[in-house]
Amino acid sequence: MAASTEKTIVVDDLRLAYSTREVIHGISFDVGRNEIFAIIGPAQSGKTSLLRCLNRTIDFVADASMTGTVLFEGEDVRRTRDVFALRRKIGMVAPLPVGLPLSIYDNVAFAPRCAGMHDREELDGLVERCLRQAALWDEVKDRLNSLGTALSGGQQQRLTIARALSHQPDVLCLDEFSIAIDPVTTMRIEDVLKELSREITIVLVTNLVQQARRLAKRTMFMWKGEIVELGVTEVVFSDEPADRRTYDYVHGIFG
Amino acid sequence: MTAIPASGERVRTRLPGRRPLTILGERALEILIRLSGFSAIFFVLAIFFFVFREAAPVLFTSEFDPKEFLFSTQWYPTSERNVRYGTWALTFGSVAVTALAMVIAVPFGLGAAIYISEFSGKKQKEILKIVIELLAAIPSVVWGFIGLTVMSKLIVTLTGAPVGVNLLNGGIILALMSIPIIVSIGEDALKAVPDSYREAAEALGATKLQMIRRVLLPAARNGLLAAVLLGVGRAVGETMAVLMATGHAVQIPHGPLDSVRTLTANIAAELGEAAAGSPHYRVLFLTGVLLFCITFAVNLTADMAIRGLRRK
Repeated sequence: MAASTEKTIVVDDLRLAYSTREVIHGISFDVGRNEIFAIIGPAQSGKTSLLRCLNRTIDFVADASMTGTVLFEGEDVRRTRDVFALRRKIGMVAPLPVGLPLSIYDNVAFAPRCAGMHDREELDGLVERCLRQAALWDEVKDRLNSLGTALSGGQQQRLTIARALSHQPDVLCLDEFSIAIDPVTTMRIEDVLKELSREITIVLVTNLVQQARRLAKRTMFMWKGEIVELGVTEVVFSDEPADRRTYDYVHGIFG
Repeated sequence: MTAIPASGERVRTRLPGRRPLTILGERALEILIRLSGFSAIFFVLAIFFFVFREAAPVLFTSEFDPKEFLFSTQWYPTSERNVRYGTWALTFGSVAVTALAMVIAVPFGLGAAIYISEFSGKKQKEILKIVIELLAAIPSVVWGFIGLTVMSKLIVTLTGAPVGVNLLNGGIILALMSIPIIVSIGEDALKAVPDSYREAAEALGATKLQMIRRVLLPAARNGLLAAVLLGVGRAVGETMAVLMATGHAVQIPHGPLDSVRTLTANIAAELGEAAAGSPHYRVLFLTGVLLFCITFAVNLTADMAIRGLRRK
């Protein structure tokens, strides 16, 4: 399995229901330190809900109820004392870009400022580094003070990636980040992700199965709130995965 | 989809043609809507015209001095020997009462709007909104009555002021009257901020207060500004409550415990006494024009402020 023996995230028998409708039916898996972990699966299979359980943004959904345990660095996220600190440690990039109605600079500096960083030089350096990592710096360096929401969809998406990196998370969750980005930029960001995975753990939810194949050490195939298969990416994408459905999905036969 | 017949003939579904009556009806409706749009402009101009027409003759008489009218504090419209029409004290009274009211109403109003939109539970929200709307439905004469009786006694006991009907009293009453407007418009503005902003900010590790200060308020600032300015509009134009609560003394106040008179209250109190067509009567109409100009200036500033913010 994963080369690293340390586990950043351990999920045990996680169940999630929206009012009475259960969408995740007791799944267990773990993510090793500094690995890229891909989650694939068709729509409505609970991928996004799963991510939202990790950093407790599921709290925003009023009728969601979650059971089981999610351990992050050995700490149960549901019992964590400081949920804000937890969210800073687990960065999240949503599928549709949500630019805050602030300037580009302020968008990236938002989280560090909330965490109490106010030194202008330090912030300048951090903003530049994050924008460079998100492959956006060259396009916006001359207009850092214009409104972030005025960027194009793809640029906004990269802005949210820069923003998610700005609080120097230990885990970066990307939820179908490439939906609004052209293939060339996608490849640039994928390179960045590979680079980043030396230092941080990346959980990647993707609809592009080839993206999972390119990046991930291990891949998990989810379907209707259950894990169909979880294994080393080469095996999942081989001609003989453990489950027939995996083969069908990966090869585009599956509905 | 229509199945294509084997012969390859095109099958067309015939849409029923529009009947001439429908077209005519649509035209008529369009004209009607356009008329109601233009009528708003027409009415504003007409009101201005008629008020000004009543006031205009006095402008050309020898006893009227525009400088005195605007900047003198001497208001003796019924003096036998030396008639003076100075409205500066009235203008100052209007501005002072409004300013005091806003100092009280804006923090409370916006605070309540933020609480209702961000912190209260579903049931609490409903109750609060209904009660605040009820507050907006209280007639202004009832507010004036409360100012005259309850509030004035309270002010006398608490501050030791000689009279309870004064600038402070009027300010508090006006604040209470504008708060419901500020709350309900402000709450609408906050509600219009997409939830995704809130979630994005909190997903970045912002606490609720950080989220409100750094994201919600900047995003909703145009709407919040509109809420405040509507409150100002209500306070400037309010007549009955300030007539009853401010003491109705023509003077420049030296503190919140002095009595004042406002432009609106002055018109309401004196117009019935003034003989139609007399200089006094015409000057009162001119005071109306002045009031009109003040509210127009407030609205224009607001408009420009909002535009300026938007461009930024």
